[in-house]
Amino acid sequence: MQLYLPIAEVSVNALLLFGLGGLVGLLSGLFGVGGGFLITPLLLFIGIPAPVAVATGANQVVASSVSGVLTHLRRKSVDLTMGWVLLGGGIAGSTAGIWVFNRVAAAGQIELFVQLCYVLFLGSIGALMLLESLRALLRAKQAVSPRRNHLLVHRLPLKVKFRVSGLYISVIPPVLVGVLVGFLAAIMGVGGGFIMVPAMIYLLGMPTKVVIGTSLFQIIFVSAYTTLIHAVMSNTVDILLAGLLIVGGVVGAQIGTRLGVRLKAEQLRILLALLVLAVGGKIAADLLIQPSELYSLSGAKP
Amino acid sequence: MMRLRLALAALVWLVPLAVAAATGEKVVAGLSQNRISITANFVGSEILIFGAVKREEPMPAGRLDVVVTVQGPSAPVTVRRMAYTYGIWTNQDQVTVDLAPSFYAVATTAPLTRILSATEDLRNRISIPRAIRSVGAPATVGDAQLFTDALIRLREASELYLMAEGTVELTEDTLFRTEVALPANLIEGAYITRIFLVRNGTVVDALDTSIVVRKEGLERVLYQLAHQDPVIYALLSLIIAIFAGWAASSVFRYFSA
Repeated sequence: MQLYLPIAEVSVNALLLFGLGGLVGLLSGLFGVGGGFLITPLLLFIGIPAPVAVATGANQVVASSVSGVLTHLRRKSVDLTMGWVLLGGGIAGSTAGIWVFNRVAAAGQIELFVQLCYVLFLGSIGALMLLESLRALLRAKQAVSPRRNHLLVHRLPLKVKFRVSGLYISVIPPVLVGVLVGFLAAIMGVGGGFIMVPAMIYLLGMPTKVVIGTSLFQIIFVSAYTTLIHAVMSNTVDILLAGLLIVGGVVGAQIGTRLGVRLKAEQLRILLALLVLAVGGKIAADLLIQPSELYSLSGAKP
Repeated sequence: MMRLRLALAALVWLVPLAVAAATGEKVVAGLSQNRISITANFVGSEILIFGAVKREEPMPAGRLDVVVTVQGPSAPVTVRRMAYTYGIWTNQDQVTVDLAPSFYAVATTAPLTRILSATEDLRNRISIPRAIRSVGAPATVGDAQLFTDALIRLREASELYLMAEGTVELTEDTLFRTEVALPANLIEGAYITRIFLVRNGTVVDALDTSIVVRKEGLERVLYQLAHQDPVIYALLSLIIAIFAGWAASSVFRYFSA
């Protein structure tokens, strides 16, 4: 079933888009990541212009995150207090990130810098997560209960009770994590779920299952804001394309959240680590392997 | 010198007219449609271009050929090239082509280089490379021509630039017809259709018409809303997203309960 998209100005197969939306929604529901990292390149691949792909992807992320969060809310696996704190830090961080990006962009080669940072970041986070979760899985098999280690986060002032996460820690680390993730997300141009999820698990010591719901909660706001900015500033949100992706996405997110319940926290972390490594590997491969087509086209301002 | 050049220019312009007057051959043509509506289920459109050669006098000697071009709205295009530096592949040089048609098709009765002289091609901008206007490339890029070639190659691969030699049927040196397939990924605007009568390498007569391509129905409503009331449009997209998320969550809960 072919459908002509009013903003993207291309004709696409509707069923294919349901499928793409579903796949991204599934990952989103399962891991608490937005999925912008996946949907943007997939849309580019089927011929959607880059600005439309980025903006419309953000719109779809809103839908699948809402779908996932509602289910997590019923399961009481969303730490709303933590979500708001992270979001507040995130907004400050991304504002700073956009400012720095525009400053550095003037100096040129920013894209390359960002890509290199990303490969390093994803590579190290992925590898550390994989090692940690494999070790945790082995420990669980040996039936030795892991000792809850005291992190730096327990010794700072301004302590707040994050009831759902079962944490009584200073509010400073969550704010800093929010700022850091918002900053990186603004510079790298993706939602930041990838950095947010490991940061919540390892830096804040939140339980994996709560992390997913809470991450999705704050992603709703970040991606809604992104959608709004793109739609108003550059008219690049394609509502028809978004609609097709959304139908698949919300269903995928539901399947993902249900699948997540059946998996152990360690298994989830292993899968997420592999996904993070795969994305990092893909970006590294793009940089290292000679592309089959060296030239690319884009519209220029007249 | 200036005067000589002017005189030459005048001569260049007058020669084809003189030839046309001498042979007295005129092209009369029609299109199967001069309006294309892009609706949600638009999958491309085939237009039939047909016509006849009108003569007041007996037919001159030599072979008669017909060339038909269809050209979509033009816009500047930036062509980037990746290069290998410090062990990684990144975009390095870029050239902005001043004006390139979004769609361009050439249909002829025979191979274009055999029926049309290079000067006539240059003057009438008929072949694909001639239809693209590229004036200045930055001095830092030595091989700017490669960028224009790449533009043509990429657009040919996505079937936006078509060279259909030998697809114009010419009967009795009088009646001609051809079909040009417009792809599904058309953009809005006026598509200029030009028909050339070519004899002995020169254009003896030409005719221009245009096809209007326009979004209609839902496509038009959404496009206009996105550009005229972007805030309402953005809120609408967010409401749809939130509603869909809520609906899916509720439906799944209903079935799993």
